[in-house]
Amino acid sequence: MFDEKKLEELKRKREGWEKSCLNPYLEKYGERDEMFETLSGIKVKRVYDPTDIAHLDYMKDLNYPGEYPYTRGVYPTMYRGRLWTMRQFSGFGTAEDTNARWKMLLREGQTGLSTAFDFPTLMGVDSDDPLADGEVGKVGVAIDTLKDFEVLFDGIPLDKVSTSFTINPPAAIILAMYVAIGDLQGVPREQLRGTIQNDMLKEFHAQNTLVLPPEPSVKVITDIFEWGVENVPKFNLISISGYHIREAGSTAVQELAFTIADGMAYVEAAIERGIDIDRLAPQLSFFFNSHNNFFEEIAKFRAARRMWAKIMREEYDAKNPRSWWLKFHTQTAGCSLTAQQPLNNIVRTTIQAMAAVLGGTQSLHTNSFDEAWALPSEEAVRVALRTQQIIAYESGIPDTIDPLAGSYYVEWLTDKMEKLAWKYIEQIRKMGEGSMLRGVLTGIENGFFVKEISRAAAEYQRDVEEGRRTIVGVNKFAIEEDLNIPILKVDEEAQRRQVERLRKIKAERDNDAVREALEWLRSAAENNENVMPPILEAVKAYASVGEIMGVLKEVYGTYRKPIII
Amino acid sequence: MDRKIRVLVAKVGLDGHDRGAKVVARFLRDAGFEVIYTGLHRTPEEVAMAAVQEDVDVVGISLHSGAHLTLVPKVMKYIEEFGGDLNELVVIVGGIVPADDIDKLKEMGVDEVFIPGTPIEKIIDYIKAKVPEKKRTGEKV
Repeated sequence: MFDEKKLEELKRKREGWEKSCLNPYLEKYGERDEMFETLSGIKVKRVYDPTDIAHLDYMKDLNYPGEYPYTRGVYPTMYRGRLWTMRQFSGFGTAEDTNARWKMLLREGQTGLSTAFDFPTLMGVDSDDPLADGEVGKVGVAIDTLKDFEVLFDGIPLDKVSTSFTINPPAAIILAMYVAIGDLQGVPREQLRGTIQNDMLKEFHAQNTLVLPPEPSVKVITDIFEWGVENVPKFNLISISGYHIREAGSTAVQELAFTIADGMAYVEAAIERGIDIDRLAPQLSFFFNSHNNFFEEIAKFRAARRMWAKIMREEYDAKNPRSWWLKFHTQTAGCSLTAQQPLNNIVRTTIQAMAAVLGGTQSLHTNSFDEAWALPSEEAVRVALRTQQIIAYESGIPDTIDPLAGSYYVEWLTDKMEKLAWKYIEQIRKMGEGSMLRGVLTGIENGFFVKEISRAAAEYQRDVEEGRRTIVGVNKFAIEEDLNIPILKVDEEAQRRQVERLRKIKAERDNDAVREALEWLRSAAENNENVMPPILEAVKAYASVGEIMGVLKEVYGTYRKPIII
Repeated sequence: MDRKIRVLVAKVGLDGHDRGAKVVARFLRDAGFEVIYTGLHRTPEEVAMAAVQEDVDVVGISLHSGAHLTLVPKVMKYIEEFGGDLNELVVIVGGIVPADDIDKLKEMGVDEVFIPGTPIEKIIDYIKAKVPEKKRTGEKV
């Protein structure tokens, strides 16, 4: 992009600046730190200039928004056309409680829904299971049968509002429930929009919602792909997630690398199954974390888009430009929130949300300031949503596309993130002897991902403990304080009401129909057939999440994670 | 006589958030304690059994699920059932615990609750002071 002669001139000018301007000043005043680095440990130089991005080829590396490799955005108009979807993650108590919170958020201007499930539902355990005691409705909504979904979506038109479901082992069941509700509301399946997280690989690396072993987990996900491309062509069949990898303590580079690696593994599983990559790819989506180091996060999002485009086009030979798009949801970093001086979290979240928007996200969740204490109160979630709205409507940030492009620092950092992520990807590919799918499964088996992430988490904590990393209000500027923010209390009666409803349904439903559907599911699983059709049948007969997962567990076995500190 | 302080770091219930538990376990080990980590998704019974069998001085329970008021008392009940002595054993809870619930847990007999952001040094100092103190007072009872 730059003229060679001009660059030479600049280099000389820079050397002169260092000698006559910088060095005398440095000698006199020094700098705040010996070394400056991003959260991934990338060393940040004092100043960037055109020589740092001299190699950049505008057409090849950036190009215009909506054009390969999509570094500047997947859509030609980005937020000038349509703002990102404001999709606050929420759910607690019973379906009634969550339905009420959803309606409040829609009234306040939220533009999409996002479902938080409780741990029993996430783990495929019914509310009346002894393992669920004390956990029903606590960190999300309790869902046992289709009945709960009917209540959850009461008054919410599926053809107007898209919903995201953060669920993994029982993802097939939740997708089936959503389809069943669409059928009830009379919305054609090809019109259904939404997302299931359905990303088990990252559960093994982090997050740990583990039920089936890795290989059958990938098999069920591939079943969902195969069924989904035929039946719900507008639905995102997976949200390949770096979010939880980051929350477990990874660096931004690890988050980027491991997420892209998992994405490649899923694509390879689909190709092995014989699914047309150009049919599936538009139904893949991603999910990233946005942490505190502003420019590193922006660079991460831009690098992710460029990497995925190259991978889909060059490695997997996808032909449809739509298949090259990496579209993603972002959540601000829950792990960055502090219990101390909770109002400071509003500021952290704002910076992180701005990074997501400057990075070109399609959808955003902003965390509430009270989340180091409990699930968000109404007031806290309203402020979080307003944060997005202020960025959208007051800041002017969305008025031009990718405004930081061409910044010497941002372009240099985007390249750096990409290079470092590729190094990890090549390492994983080597573990799989050329196959990313085998490589990721091997890395799960030998603890590679867990060890890498744990090491980064410990290093981060060490930096905080020793004061090398400042956390405002915690290890610097701390005060004596009494907590005076309202905290959401989940009704302790929710568990009793939920168990009651489940028992009632089990008594009233056609139990022969349930048995038949579950038998069909068992035989499909045993014979390596697609499990989606029998799961849909079982859901419609009001079989419970626990009953359906129970069959899959019996056929495929269960998984217990090795202990690695 | 001068044996290392033994600490059980436990995850109880269905919640899989183990970053805090693992980081604390690693730092306690580096501080010279003998640390046993239970791994994920343990029942209160399994945690209590491990505490008694391993004859630990401290049980540290990590929870991010909001289920602390149900699960923590269950662990303590089973510890006594299996022959452990809560007069001598230090019980610590760590994780996302609302302020009101901290008081409730202490009324139930939990010795201390550490919220996110607590310096691990503070946990280490607490254990070093509390274990001998509880051992002394426990013996008198």
